[in-house]
Amino acid sequence: MAGRDERPGNTGSRGSRLLGCVALASLVVLGVLAFFLTGPDVRLHPTTGEEFGQFDAVRMLYLHVPMAVLMYASFMLCAAASVGVLVKRTPWWDVMAHSTAEVGTVLCGLVLVTGSIWGRPVWNTWWEWGDVRLMTTLVLFLLFAGYLALRRTTTDPRRQERKAAVVALVAVLDIPLVNRSVAWWENRTLHQRSTLEELKIQDLTLFTLMFGFLTFGLVVWWLTLQRFRVGWLERAAIDHAVGSAIAERRSETSADELDAAIGVTDEQAGEASP
Amino acid sequence: MSEVRRFLADARMVAARDLRIEFRSRVVVGQVVPFALLVLVLFGFALDADHRTLRTFASGLFWVAVLLSALLAVHRSAALEQSEGTMDALRMSGLPPAALFIGKATAVFVQLVLLEVVLLGGLLVLYGVQVVDPALLVVAGLLAGVAVAAAGTLYGALASGLGVRETLLPILLLPVLAPVLIGATRAFDDALGAVAVDGWAWTGLLAVAALIATVVGALAHGVLIED
Repeated sequence: MAGRDERPGNTGSRGSRLLGCVALASLVVLGVLAFFLTGPDVRLHPTTGEEFGQFDAVRMLYLHVPMAVLMYASFMLCAAASVGVLVKRTPWWDVMAHSTAEVGTVLCGLVLVTGSIWGRPVWNTWWEWGDVRLMTTLVLFLLFAGYLALRRTTTDPRRQERKAAVVALVAVLDIPLVNRSVAWWENRTLHQRSTLEELKIQDLTLFTLMFGFLTFGLVVWWLTLQRFRVGWLERAAIDHAVGSAIAERRSETSADELDAAIGVTDEQAGEASP
Repeated sequence: MSEVRRFLADARMVAARDLRIEFRSRVVVGQVVPFALLVLVLFGFALDADHRTLRTFASGLFWVAVLLSALLAVHRSAALEQSEGTMDALRMSGLPPAALFIGKATAVFVQLVLLEVVLLGGLLVLYGVQVVDPALLVVAGLLAGVAVAAAGTLYGALASGLGVRETLLPILLLPVLAPVLIGATRAFDDALGAVAVDGWAWTGLLAVAALIATVVGALAHGVLIED
């Protein structure tokens, strides 16, 4: 890869370092926009004139919503790569499926945590058992935690790549439920419908949310890239270890012993040699 | 038509083999069913043996006991293929993987139905529940049994051959069965008259779960036993 650092085991390249720096800077800018420059969500009741809204808790949504969307994207990429594993059976697809699943699971955990922190002041509870979206998201997290547990069962990923692909494809069946739960079970969720689809937000609020999507897009890109390279190096290390072991074993054995082991007689060996 | 008949004959043969092994070894009857009853009794101890509380939560406790016991039954079903190169022999036999899956899932299903019947007896005697809608109870019990057996057989095949099957199987299987647990509990709530919910609507969800688990299992089984 052009610009790749030649030190052994290094996953950085000029491009990925630049990407990492831009992602980090974007995170800082997003933090400033979300926590300092945008205003709190305060509305006045039309008849009583009382203040209501999400107040400062709304700031958490600038992180929560983009992370949720990028979580979907990561898991869908994992599903696509898993199909690639089953159809093509090449390591590239498997390493991609593993990388995107790991990044998606981290995002899913963060979505649950940020959602819980947001829910405490707004819903007055850390956790709502009756909420369908919360439940389906938790199940999604557990499904992919199982996927990652399966991947850790052996140091050689080639042994369970097709099994892992099946687990991932079953797990992503939960994504439509998570995504559509707010519309399908309207009376079984505290989650609001998308304010973005109904264009209820504008100006700096809209810009910050869009900037959040861009920022987390870059972060996920960078994380997936790094995780992919680590996965690729792990594969290379295993192949190298197997190759070295075979070479070492061969060097311990003379040519005659090898011929005897595979049943070639001295005459046959003589005929074969020029 | 003859292909369908041959497929069903293959599946029946596998199911009969698994059930014959179970009939002779009596692992499910001798170990899994007593374990399930033990779980019911432990719930009773944990909830201070209060009849009203037990009746209120009977459906949930019943299905948690079924799922925990199903793990043992599935584990046993998958272990049958691991001994003495059975799986290699099955691979060589030319048996369609889908027929093998349907046969194994059917055997697990029969064992689960037996388990459910015994546990229901436990609910009636130990928890003092009353059955308000027997038809709903039977249909929901059977559909949930199909879903658990199909998903269990799929994940049993998936975890088999790995050194950590015992610990990996629950982590993989239980989240997949979460919708079945929710649907079956709600349907039983209605059938036992514990909570006023539309149990038949939840039974519809169980039917969808059973269908998806069976179709995905039949399609994916070939991939899993190849490795």
